[in-house]
Amino acid sequence: MSITTLQPTRSAVRTISAGLNRLRIGRDWPLLPLAILVPFVLIAAFANVIAPYDPTEPIPGAKIFEPPFWAPGGSMRALLGTDYQSRDVLSRLIFGSRVSLIVGVTGTLVAGSIGTTLGMLAGYVGGWVDQLIMRVTDAWLALPAIVFAIFLATMVGPSMWNIVIILGAVYWTRYARVIRGEVLSLREREFVKLAEIAGASRTRIILRHILPNVMNSTMVLASLTIGVVIIAEASLSFLGVGVPPPQPAWGSMLADGRSMLMVGDWWLTIFPGLGIMLVVLATQLLGDWLRIRLDPQQRNL
Amino acid sequence: MAQFMIRRTLYALVTLCILSLTIFTVVRLTGDPVTLMAEPGAQEADLALVRKEWGLDRPWPVQYADFVKNVVTGELGESFNYEMPVSTLYFQRLPNSLELALAATLISFLIGIPAGILSAVRVNSAWDHVGKTIALLGLSIPGFWLGLVMILVFSVWLEWLPTSGQGGWRNLVMPAVALGWYFAASLLRLTRSSMLEVLRSEYIKLARLKGLPAFVVIAQHAFKNALIPVLTLAGVNLVVMLNAAVIIEVIFAWPGIGRLLFEGIFQRDFPLVQGIVMLAGMMIVLINLIVDVLYAYIDPRIRLTR
Repeated sequence: MSITTLQPTRSAVRTISAGLNRLRIGRDWPLLPLAILVPFVLIAAFANVIAPYDPTEPIPGAKIFEPPFWAPGGSMRALLGTDYQSRDVLSRLIFGSRVSLIVGVTGTLVAGSIGTTLGMLAGYVGGWVDQLIMRVTDAWLALPAIVFAIFLATMVGPSMWNIVIILGAVYWTRYARVIRGEVLSLREREFVKLAEIAGASRTRIILRHILPNVMNSTMVLASLTIGVVIIAEASLSFLGVGVPPPQPAWGSMLADGRSMLMVGDWWLTIFPGLGIMLVVLATQLLGDWLRIRLDPQQRNL
Repeated sequence: MAQFMIRRTLYALVTLCILSLTIFTVVRLTGDPVTLMAEPGAQEADLALVRKEWGLDRPWPVQYADFVKNVVTGELGESFNYEMPVSTLYFQRLPNSLELALAATLISFLIGIPAGILSAVRVNSAWDHVGKTIALLGLSIPGFWLGLVMILVFSVWLEWLPTSGQGGWRNLVMPAVALGWYFAASLLRLTRSSMLEVLRSEYIKLARLKGLPAFVVIAQHAFKNALIPVLTLAGVNLVVMLNAAVIIEVIFAWPGIGRLLFEGIFQRDFPLVQGIVMLAGMMIVLINLIVDVLYAYIDPRIRLTR
């Protein structure tokens, strides 16, 4: 390999290590959120290896509503008990984490890409484009997010990927507002003016000069949106307009457990909710940490 | 001021237009609502009859004009199942939702405001950490799960409170806490940041220099001014809670607007769903307009800048 081909690689390495340095990775990692999120991602990724049973089939020979193993009547066969079809609660929890992770991450990606793109267009192009985008943003923000999501889900029909698109369509508006505001001030900065004078096209300016400068805000917003999207998916699944059965999702597990709450079958309600809570808590903490790292102005808030 | 009001009202009208277009389009996005609503195995001839009855066989612009007419006359179409105007059904349920939303607002005040003030007055103290924890948990614990857990603990295990339905305060406590929980966290954060800002201002320094007791400075001078944004948020939250309490109302069998929406979904009553969503949007556009006008009235800087 010649020196010339090594050059860009070396500079890329330097950029990455500078980025890592800025994030101070290795020095003060956000331990608590990572301690929750790393196992969560691993469990979701290797669900089919970890889960003791098929989450959609009854455990052969097991009774319905068996309690967890430590409670009277429980057994080591179903560690966290069984549900109304004598399916294994633990396996359903493990596979349910997949839905939360996929919908949380991809829903946020969809919302973030639509919102950031439209926000940059509105802020940089201005004029009627700005008016159009911002009026749509206002109108869509006027609907309570969960009502809007329920409405879309009812009309489009339930499936996991529909939910991803629906939640993306509901939550992009927040990005558009914030990013547009940032671009309005970036647009007046010298490096953008110089690029304009140098004859760069609008597309090039937006992609090369504006986008890198709004990425921090997008990242911070994204880290805070993931939790919101996960809760929204759980809410839709709970109401029966989210991920359709028999695919296990934490929200629909809560709905299944609701009828047995009155007779005290607590494990059907407690475990899926704890899952949601821990994951959302971790993403919020990670978001706070990111915000402090990426945006010095927010450090004392 | 008049100019500001006209401009702001125009914006609100444009917002409503886009909102109605969005809702209209979404309903017709996946073919037509009749196919969506029909029981499996319905005859095509029956479907055509229903389509004709609902005017869904006409061109879209005509249908949209009809939809807008329904919005302007305030009926918002007729529910499929109840055979009543949607607005009548909505306003029948409104008092129930209002009762729940007011109770939830009270809960969010009781948690959010004292905790917000304490953590602002004692920044980085133990109190501040308690406040931050509440704010974090408010976002992370879904209100509906909190509701389920409360039913388990207070109704099933302790048998203190009834599980569902409407009645005295005993029926109201759990749904109000479950609904107010999330909003308590947002009020807490706003109270804290608003108090911090006020406490840094010159007139508070002066009040302190005058030798006023700390309690008087905080309660009389700072709190009053810090309260303005907090009350605004609470007002907007109240309108959101009226319309968005779907899951909480379903869990506690509370006969409010949220449950009406839920029933509409399961009875495949698309005019009802469409009408409720439109009314929810209209109420929120209206409260935002009111807030903006009030702010402009109080603060000339807002109405004079373009």
